[in-house]
Amino acid sequence: MNKAATRALCATLMLSAAPSAFADKIFVSNERDNTVTVVNSETLEIIKSIPTGKRPRGIVITPDYKELIVCVGDDNRLDVIDTEKLEVTKSYPASGPDPELLDINHKGDRIYVANEDDGLVTVIDRFTGQAITEIPVGVEPEGMAVSPDDGLVVNTSEQTSMAHFIDAKTNQVLANILVDTRPREATFTKDGSEVWVSAEVGGTVSIIDTKSFQIKKKLTFDVSGIRPELMQPIGIRFTNDGKTAFVALGPSNRVAVVDVATHEIKSYILVGQRPWHLALKPDGTKLYVANGMTNDVTVIDVATLKAEKSVRVGRLPWGVAVKPDAK
Amino acid sequence: MCLLPFVLAFAAGASSNPAIPLQVEIGYLGRDYPEPLPISLVEPVITDQGVQGARLGVSDNLATGRFLNQSYHLDEQITPKDGDIVADAKALLQSTRLLLADLEPEDLLRLADLPEARDAVIINVRTSDDDLRGVNCRRNVFHVAPSWAMRADALAQYMAWKRWNTWFLLRGATKEDIHYANAMKRAAKKFGSTIAEERTITFDPGNRRSETGHQQIQAQIPMLTQSPPPHDIVFAADTDETFGEYLLWRTSVPKPVAGTHGLVAVAWHRAYEQYGGVQLQNRFLAMAKRQMTERDYMAWLAARVFGEAVTRSGKADISSLRAYLLSKDFQVAGFKGQGMSFRSWDRQLRQPIILTGPRSLVSMSPQEGFLHQKHLTDTLGIDAPETACKLPG
Repeated sequence: MNKAATRALCATLMLSAAPSAFADKIFVSNERDNTVTVVNSETLEIIKSIPTGKRPRGIVITPDYKELIVCVGDDNRLDVIDTEKLEVTKSYPASGPDPELLDINHKGDRIYVANEDDGLVTVIDRFTGQAITEIPVGVEPEGMAVSPDDGLVVNTSEQTSMAHFIDAKTNQVLANILVDTRPREATFTKDGSEVWVSAEVGGTVSIIDTKSFQIKKKLTFDVSGIRPELMQPIGIRFTNDGKTAFVALGPSNRVAVVDVATHEIKSYILVGQRPWHLALKPDGTKLYVANGMTNDVTVIDVATLKAEKSVRVGRLPWGVAVKPDAK
Repeated sequence: MCLLPFVLAFAAGASSNPAIPLQVEIGYLGRDYPEPLPISLVEPVITDQGVQGARLGVSDNLATGRFLNQSYHLDEQITPKDGDIVADAKALLQSTRLLLADLEPEDLLRLADLPEARDAVIINVRTSDDDLRGVNCRRNVFHVAPSWAMRADALAQYMAWKRWNTWFLLRGATKEDIHYANAMKRAAKKFGSTIAEERTITFDPGNRRSETGHQQIQAQIPMLTQSPPPHDIVFAADTDETFGEYLLWRTSVPKPVAGTHGLVAVAWHRAYEQYGGVQLQNRFLAMAKRQMTERDYMAWLAARVFGEAVTRSGKADISSLRAYLLSKDFQVAGFKGQGMSFRSWDRQLRQPIILTGPRSLVSMSPQEGFLHQKHLTDTLGIDAPETACKLPG
C-alpha cells in the first residue's frame, strides 16, 4: 500500500470510530461570557467556545443550517457564525440598536429582530445585510417569530404587555393583542393556527388564534409546594409532531409539558436553575434547556419526558439552537 | 413623544371597550424642599429627581396607549420652597384627580385632606413615613415608596440570614432619623436581633470640601463610636447625610455598616440590573441624561400603576380605577421579578426590597425562609393584624 492510500484508509477508520461524526451540534449563547458554546449532541462534550460580540442572547439557525445568527445587544449588531468553521464570519450592523431576540423566515431571506431599547422590530435582508424597514411596536420588544407559511410575524413587547402581529408582505402591524404582564417569547404552533405567548410576571401563556387574533385560552401553571410567583413562563417549543409543548418556567426550575390539543398540563420536569430558552434536536428525540443560574444545559428525553443529563456551558446561558449532523 | 395639547381629566362615561378613546391626565405635585448635599463628591447633586421618572412612566403608558386608543399627559407642578402648596394642589385638582405626590408628610396630608381631593387617587412617591401607613393613613393615598418598616425589615431578614444578630445603632437627630431608627428597633425585635446600644450622633456637617476635613473626620469618628458593647454590625440612621458616609473604615471597632449608608435597603439603585432592570436604567439614562435615582423609580412606577390600571380595566374614571387598584386582579411589573400589588389595609405597594452596596447588588428581601400565608413580600413592613390604619370601607 502506498503512503497516500494508507493515509486515506486511516482517515476513514478514524472517522467511523469517532461517534462525533454523527452528532448534531448544539449551540448555546452565554450572555455573561460573550461566547457561543458548541456541544456535541452524542458525547455532550464541548466542541468549541466561540467568541462573539457583547451580550449574546437570542440565536437562530438558518433554514439551510449553514449559519447561526446571534444577537449581540451591547454591540448593537448581529454576529453570524459559520456552522462548519465555527467562527464569526460576518456581522449585520443594520440590526438596529440592542437586538435581543430574532427569527428568520423559512425561505431564509428575511431576518426579524426585536430592538429592546428602541421599541422597534427591524427587518433585514439576509443577503444584502441591509435593513428593509423598521416597524414601531411597544416598549422593550422581545419575542420574535415567523409563521410556518412566512406570511405572519409576531413580536412581543415586555413593558407594553402586547403581542404585535405584523403582515410579512406589507410589514404593517395587523393587530396588537394585550396579554399578561411582561410577555417574553411568542411561538407559532406547527400548523400556524395559534401563537403561544409566555408572560413572565403574569405567570401565564396566552394562546392566540392567528385568524381572529383572539385569545382562545390562558394557561396557568401550578406545582404544589412552589410559590405561584415563581412560575414564570419564558421559552416555548413544540415537538416535531406538534402535539406537545414545552414551556420553561424560569425561577421554578421546571419545564412544563403541555398537551397542545387539550391544553392540559401533563407534567413538570425538574431541570437546572432558571430555565430560559429551549430547542429540540432536529430529529425530535431530545429537548435542550438553557439554565441561566446553573450555567448548564439540561438534556430531556422527549419520549420518556425525563431529564437525562446536564452539560456545563458558559456563564448565563440564554438561547439554544441545534444543527443536525446530516446538514 | 408627542403629548396631546389638550387632555381631559378623565373621559366621562368611559367604556370598558378599549377602542373607545380614553384620555388620562396625571398630575405631579412636588415642592422644592431644601435637600442635604450628598457628602460624597462622587454623588451628583440632582434637582429633578422624581419628575423625570414620572415623565418616563407616562411615555411608557403612551407607548401602550397608542395601540389601545388611550392617551396620557403629565401635568407637572413643583411648588417653590415657600410657595402655597394648598393653592397649587387645588389648581392641579381642577384638571385631574390622579396624582403623584412627591411631598413630605405634612404637605401630603394637606393635599389629601382637601375637600377637592376627597375622591382622588394620590400615589406617594417620596416619603417612607410609617405613620402615613398607620395612624395617619388616608383612604385616597396609596404608597409606592417603601415604608421605613419595610426597609428595616428587609435589612433585618438579611442580618438574620447572616446571623449578624447584635447591632450597634447610630442615629442622627432629625425626625426622619428617629423614624428609621424606630423601624430598625422594631425590625430587630421581629427578626430576633438585639440592639446592643443606640447612640445619637450630632455631627457638624460642613466638612465636605474643607482642605483638612478628612483629618478631622479620621479623628472624630473613632471618638464618636468608641467603647461600644460587642456587636456584629453598625446600623446607621442618617437620612440627612451628616455622618453615615464617614462610618466605614473609621469606626473604633472594625464592623460593616448598614441602614442609610453601607448596605442600604431601597426600591431602586443605579447598580441594580436584575430582572431586566438594566433596560429601565438604559431607557432612563437615554431620556434624562443621568442615572435613575430611587425617587425617579418610584415616580416611574406610580405612573405605570395608573397606566396599568387604565390598560387592564379599560376605564379611566376614578372610582373604577380605585376599585381596580385594590382588586386581586391588579398587579404592576417593576423589574423585581414578580407582580406587585397594593395591601388592602394601608394601601402600601408590596414589593421586594433591594439590598445593595455602593457599587453592586448584595441581596433582595424577602429572604428565603421567611414565610407568609399569602404574600412573601408581606413579611416586610406592617402586616394586616398589626396595622394602626383604620380606613373607612
